[in-house]
Amino acid sequence: MEQTMNQATTPNQLGASWKGIAFRWETFLLAVFAFVFVMFAMASPYFLSVWNLSDATFNFTERALIALPMAMLIICREIDLSVASTMALASVAMGMIAELGAGVPAVVVIGLFVGLLCGLFNGFIVTTFGIPSIVVTIGTMSLFRGITNGLMGNEVLNSYPAGFSYFGQGYVHWVFSFQFVLFLGAALLFYVLLHHTNFGRRTYAIGANPVAAEYSGIRVNRHKMILFAAVGLMAGLASVLLTSRLGSTRPAIAFGWELSIVTMVVLGGVNILGGSGSIIGVVIAAFLMGIVTFGLGLLNVPGVVMTIIIGAMLITVISLPIIAQRLKAMRSKRL
Amino acid sequence: MNLKTLLAATAAVATLVFSPLSHAEDVRIALVVKSLGNGFFEAAHEGAQEAAAELGDVEVIYTGPTTTTAEGQIEVITSLIAQNVDAIAVSANDANALVPILQRARSRGITVISWDSGVAAAGREVHLNPSSNALIGEMNIRLAADALEQAGASEGQFAIMSATPTSTNQNIWIEEMRKVLPDYPQLELVDVAYGDDLADKSYREALALLSNHSDLKVIVAPTTVGFLAAAQAVRDEGRVGEVYVTGLGLPSEMAGHVDAGVVHNFAIWNPIDLGYAATHIAYDLVKDTNGNGTVSMGRLGEGTLDDNGEVAMSEPFIYDASNVHQFAEIF
Repeated sequence: MEQTMNQATTPNQLGASWKGIAFRWETFLLAVFAFVFVMFAMASPYFLSVWNLSDATFNFTERALIALPMAMLIICREIDLSVASTMALASVAMGMIAELGAGVPAVVVIGLFVGLLCGLFNGFIVTTFGIPSIVVTIGTMSLFRGITNGLMGNEVLNSYPAGFSYFGQGYVHWVFSFQFVLFLGAALLFYVLLHHTNFGRRTYAIGANPVAAEYSGIRVNRHKMILFAAVGLMAGLASVLLTSRLGSTRPAIAFGWELSIVTMVVLGGVNILGGSGSIIGVVIAAFLMGIVTFGLGLLNVPGVVMTIIIGAMLITVISLPIIAQRLKAMRSKRL
Repeated sequence: MNLKTLLAATAAVATLVFSPLSHAEDVRIALVVKSLGNGFFEAAHEGAQEAAAELGDVEVIYTGPTTTTAEGQIEVITSLIAQNVDAIAVSANDANALVPILQRARSRGITVISWDSGVAAAGREVHLNPSSNALIGEMNIRLAADALEQAGASEGQFAIMSATPTSTNQNIWIEEMRKVLPDYPQLELVDVAYGDDLADKSYREALALLSNHSDLKVIVAPTTVGFLAAAQAVRDEGRVGEVYVTGLGLPSEMAGHVDAGVVHNFAIWNPIDLGYAATHIAYDLVKDTNGNGTVSMGRLGEGTLDDNGEVAMSEPFIYDASNVHQFAEIF
């Protein structure tokens, strides 16, 4: 993507230090979340129930798990649109090995492994041939889904071992499901990785200016390769959770998820052109999207209207700070 | 968009979001469809409303995902469980993937049935099939007899246009047709052709039927693809009025051929009746008023459950010039 475009007025590039702005962006998101939460609590008598809210987390945790490394990949000026197809391929691999009588550990390992492999494949093509990742992963999106269809045809794989359902349906303690706890753990891990390690600093450096990063001694291609692998691995993990939750695999599994994952990342304040963003923002965005879908569902808002509301919310939330900034700038000029 | 329309739109959404909740004593039945914005399911919703009006104390919640995915339906069902609805009647995008979430619904005391497109037995109490093999077989022969009469013959030859020779459904239906054939002595079955559910092959097979059997009066196609191709072949050969085509078809596809006079009448399930019967069955199960092994389907009578908990609604619904255009707008 062009360097000049990176100067565009994207939310958290306004003003001086990115840290101060990021803080403000997250506060703003949190305020929106609180507002939406209170609105739903008033609108529906079923909303404020711990079990219902716990059920609602199932709607977004799998996607949010992929959004975490995806945020880092996008900060690094790359993207992976093949994640949903990766999930499908990993799910088929798990279904097939389960059919052969494999136990729970083997099924999980094969799911993670296939995810990792898909990620490495994307990373390899992007870094070796220098093709833009959006092009490569649109290609692998069809490729992985195509292999899935070819392997399965019209059948369904559902002979998973008994204990396998725990990952997508089990609870660690009280209302805290396994996948929710796993997501919180992963969020913490990626937070530390992006904001408190050299690896994280390098991610921002590459996103801000890949050429300068290369010349300052960062192995850009290797770095990108690791991030693609991380996205693939998390897609594999998400696939384990989703497959376990559904208890079966069909070729259309997770169809269309790549877009809602990218939406989470963008809503979380990550610059789609790279260089800035934070994990906290992505986590809040995941919760926000989850709660809005669940809340509207409770009010039986038809799905068509729901997509309109979510789309409008996305545009409003992202454009409000920019409009506010513009107005402020105009006023200070006039003075 | 100017400010006024924006305000109006916001107000409309707000009314939608904050519309008052209905009476708590109503039986709340959720009709979960494969996807919203599909005419077939809108018609089923209409039928559900009809049933609700008859029953009185029923609130129908019509919902579904925007795309035909199991994941989308799971999200919808999650919010229905949270609302503690009384019953969920679902036309499933995936027979297996919905089982865990529907089991959860049942464990919280919600009655679950499937209709149209079924859920594996572990996930539901009852599945409503639009029809049964025997009823479909008999209906096809009845349609053939109607068509023969329309052709002005007291007796005559007819042929069957099927899909593939290995198609399970087709073979069962053809077998059922042969079973009732002795009751219709005026009909003589001369040939069974296989168009493989491909438009071009079905068309060629239909042409072959027309040239091989010069006295052929009726072609019966229990498949929408074969039906459409055979109707086109008869028209192209200029045999309209001489040879009639009938079978199982979609009103939207057949309306033109009915107008052209090559099709007198045909049959397929009626989506309105499906939604109507599903609502009645769900209500019956919620109220626990169903008999032993039977469920009420309102004006469609009693349904008898088989060993697998499945019930057949009725014989396929007949469409002719009087109603085909009305339904052509639906599906």
